[in-house]
Amino acid sequence: MADYLSNTPNQQEVMLKELGFNTLEELYSNLPQDLILQRPLNLELGQSEFKVLDTLKELASKNKVYKTILRGAGVEHHYIPSVVKQLSNREEFVSAYTPYQSELSQGILQSIFEYQSSMCEITGMDVCNASVYDGATAAAEAIQMVIEKNKRKILVPKNIHPQVVHVMKTYTQWLNIEIVDVECKEGVVDIDDLKSKLSDQSAALFIQHPNYFGCLEDVQDLAQIAHSFGAKLVQYTNPMTLGYLKSPRANGVDIAIGEAQPLGIPMSYGGPFLGFMSASADLVRRLPGRIAGQTVDENGKRAFALTLQAREQHIRREKASSSICSNQALMALTASMYLASVGPSGLKEVAEYSMRKAHYFANELVKLGFKLKYNSPFFHEFVTVGPVENSVIERSLDEINVLSGLGLSSHETLWCCTETTKKEDIDRVISRLKEVLS
Amino acid sequence: MEKYYAESHEWVMAVDENTVVVGISDYAQHALGDIVFLSNAEVGDTVIFGERFGDVESVKAVSEILSPVDGKVVEVNQDLEDTPELLNAKPLETWIIKVDGKIDPSKLMTEEVYLALDKGH
Amino acid sequence: MSQLIFERSVPFRRAVRFDACDVPEVVLDEKYVRQSKARLPEVSEVDIVRHYMELSRYSFGVDNGFYPLGSCTMKYNPKLNEFTASLDGFTTIHPDQSLSSVTGTLELMDNLSISLSEITGMDAFTLQPAAGAHGEFTGLLLIRAYHNAHNDNKRTKVIVPDSSHGTNPASASMAGYTVVSVPSNEMGGVDVEALKAVLNDEVAALMLTNPNTLGLFDPNICEISKLVHDIGGLLYYDGANLNAIMGTARPGDMGFDVVHLNLHKTFSTPHGGGGPGSGPVGVKSCLVPYLPQGTLIKETYGYRYIDERDTLSIGRMRSYYGNFLVNVRAYTYILSLGSDGLKTASQNAVLNANYMMNALKDTFPVAYPQTCMHEFVVSLADLKKETGINAKDICKALLDYQMHPPTMYFPLIVHEALMIEPTETESKESMDNFIQVLKDLKQLAYDNPQKILNAPYTTPVKRVDDVQAARNPILKFQHK
Repeated sequence: MADYLSNTPNQQEVMLKELGFNTLEELYSNLPQDLILQRPLNLELGQSEFKVLDTLKELASKNKVYKTILRGAGVEHHYIPSVVKQLSNREEFVSAYTPYQSELSQGILQSIFEYQSSMCEITGMDVCNASVYDGATAAAEAIQMVIEKNKRKILVPKNIHPQVVHVMKTYTQWLNIEIVDVECKEGVVDIDDLKSKLSDQSAALFIQHPNYFGCLEDVQDLAQIAHSFGAKLVQYTNPMTLGYLKSPRANGVDIAIGEAQPLGIPMSYGGPFLGFMSASADLVRRLPGRIAGQTVDENGKRAFALTLQAREQHIRREKASSSICSNQALMALTASMYLASVGPSGLKEVAEYSMRKAHYFANELVKLGFKLKYNSPFFHEFVTVGPVENSVIERSLDEINVLSGLGLSSHETLWCCTETTKKEDIDRVISRLKEVLS
Repeated sequence: MEKYYAESHEWVMAVDENTVVVGISDYAQHALGDIVFLSNAEVGDTVIFGERFGDVESVKAVSEILSPVDGKVVEVNQDLEDTPELLNAKPLETWIIKVDGKIDPSKLMTEEVYLALDKGH
Repeated sequence: MSQLIFERSVPFRRAVRFDACDVPEVVLDEKYVRQSKARLPEVSEVDIVRHYMELSRYSFGVDNGFYPLGSCTMKYNPKLNEFTASLDGFTTIHPDQSLSSVTGTLELMDNLSISLSEITGMDAFTLQPAAGAHGEFTGLLLIRAYHNAHNDNKRTKVIVPDSSHGTNPASASMAGYTVVSVPSNEMGGVDVEALKAVLNDEVAALMLTNPNTLGLFDPNICEISKLVHDIGGLLYYDGANLNAIMGTARPGDMGFDVVHLNLHKTFSTPHGGGGPGSGPVGVKSCLVPYLPQGTLIKETYGYRYIDERDTLSIGRMRSYYGNFLVNVRAYTYILSLGSDGLKTASQNAVLNANYMMNALKDTFPVAYPQTCMHEFVVSLADLKKETGINAKDICKALLDYQMHPPTMYFPLIVHEALMIEPTETESKESMDNFIQVLKDLKQLAYDNPQKILNAPYTTPVKRVDDVQAARNPILKFQHK
């Protein structure tokens, strides 16, 4: 049995005696005695490392690890460089606490500063926080950044990831904030419907680009429209795509947020992930969560510290806009390492290749009789309407160890390709589907 | 001109018949520590006695600034945008907002009374 | 100190390369396309390794030395947990895979929930919240949904002790509640008379941690529970201090209706420099109908996730099901320790804290003189008065001794507070060393205070200018 105690029973006895106790139980004599559990916890006794590892391996082996993964919807299978896996496991990073003691934690603080800087580079923004839980909660937190006394409406198109929208609604359900749906046409925001719903009470328009269906939005146009009504534009995005696509800031976006799992973090069955939040300089004091800043020490040497803490819960308490304390620091470090490993050229390649594979695959599917649901340009994801039910597609591809795209309805599938999707695997999938369709 | 003080450590002073200026006391700036940011009211805002019109922020704390007077803001001290630390250096000489309003001494303390109170803190 | 990774950049350097793309080029309308590359660092793999190795040398984790941070439970992070959490069968799984393809994961999540229910005395768990504060927000939304379902909409207030962690009132505000603060008594427990004065039919809940933030078990907990329930309110447990009582007492037995746990505290998952954590929420059966979408439940025919069919659910707190790989680590830990190990872990956490408190009680006054639980608070107010040296100064001086200082200035109810929590994994020798250092520093404060004021001496940077950092924020690398 592992308990990771250092002190032996003998040492414990010596310490107890020094305190005037005979047994460990006596340490609890101040507690109301009827609260003391009179039986052991109804769990198995502790086990050796050998046995525990066996148990966990057995559980892991019951899960199916697909060789080819064509499912995305915000969680993607990309290549994770070995240097990232290795370095992000260093015990000094993994077992460290939040770097409140700056002098002892310059390494961690600098790594946060570098993460913030890298994310600002790809989004074009001036400021970025040290992370929040995931993309969906980043969207929910961004609402608090844009709300004003007389602007309490948030416009949300129907082509944003449904889980993201749902979290936004859950977070604001008791807060006198209205979430207004905006219709979509051909997979992208319906401009006429948008204009009919914007008003001077609109705090912001949220968009996802590339959106949930993989389609590309005309962000610059949407920025102009939103701003003309005095509303901000918030873009939810997959940061991997920003290696190739125009940065949010260049398109006039005020706040860029999203899920950064594609940047070096495994799919992990849903977590831990990485919510990022970046914004223009004027919004810095409305960003939630920790932020690392550059300063100097008493000798004028460059140093880093957590700063602008007066925004946070430990100072503002009930006046804080967010209760966030623990964030996703280690995942931010991982993403930062990933961005350094691939560099600007590599990130461009990852994005570009993902896009090219998706287009190749889409073309092949169309030849087989699938239809592209939306007549709009797309990036690395796309929706098909199939000649057979999605469940048939899923099952037949499962048999060749391929995870098919996400079924959106009986005949609709959302496909995703990444730089790891080999042409030969796409061709294999096409052959298989050809068999199934005949 | 005479300064009047609120329990919440703001001071107010008349500059002419209809205009007053508002600031924070020496005690307040000392308690906050090094002030790093001021979130101020805007020209045209209505201020109400005892209600928050802004925040003053230090590294370790944030404090609401409550108005010691009723009225309408006619000017804000632009210097405090870039150098909020003036509030630490010269709290009694640095005004935060200029308000079109009148002092109600019945709700406030004279400087003498306020300073005497302070020693008890 | 070290260069920023951007400063190591050399144009055209690269670490990872990809094979040429095996499918045709695609031209997108240029309005979508980036006109110039992002200015990410251009570095080789050797550069990256050397860079992060250097950063790791300027970081300090539990694996480096003593970390007695009160309320954080910086216990040892077992390496076995890292292995199990990196198994392919857990990491390379898409969260939208069919349930039949992830039976191992579902079993793990279910077993973890059952274990946590047994440890805490609750009826059901959601593993979804990503951190303690996220769990608090979830719990408060559950409470609000409960009252709402009972048409009890007068309840707009949540009571929070003045000694509480800042996340408690912040989470209450996020749920749309007005926060009412209740003073603590000298033991750090809730002042029962003051509590009675604020309890009424407008109160939705009282949030508490037990042991409290002075490290003491509140002896009035059963009375408090009854008072809150009598006015129709619910009782919320902040599980940050659970490490004191595992196997000995359970919040469910104390009358708590909803509980959050910090797996990155009590259950040994690593802090990661600030995260990721995991904040599962346990509930009594009356709150089960409101659990968030994405919570795993077991029906007669098998597992499913709570979804939009469950109309009473509070909604969705985040994407998918939780910080799954963190949950794997906690599950590994629970299996390793078992019913016996979890109990002795908590007992030793309490033993170690009392050992240190006893050794230090003549050096600095303890906030409350009684057998403590897993942590205790000392006050350096007298030291400050007599020598001018305050809690922060002592903490900075400690940095030169290869250990992390305790938590300072929390809870707010003690002046010049230092909160010390050794945890059960700390050895007697390392505690003795820390005790001696504190005693030496106290002596130094009287003999030569300037020496302390100029500390730290051996860290890569000296005292950092926080004021400058906040006044003129530089929050990203400035390219020339």
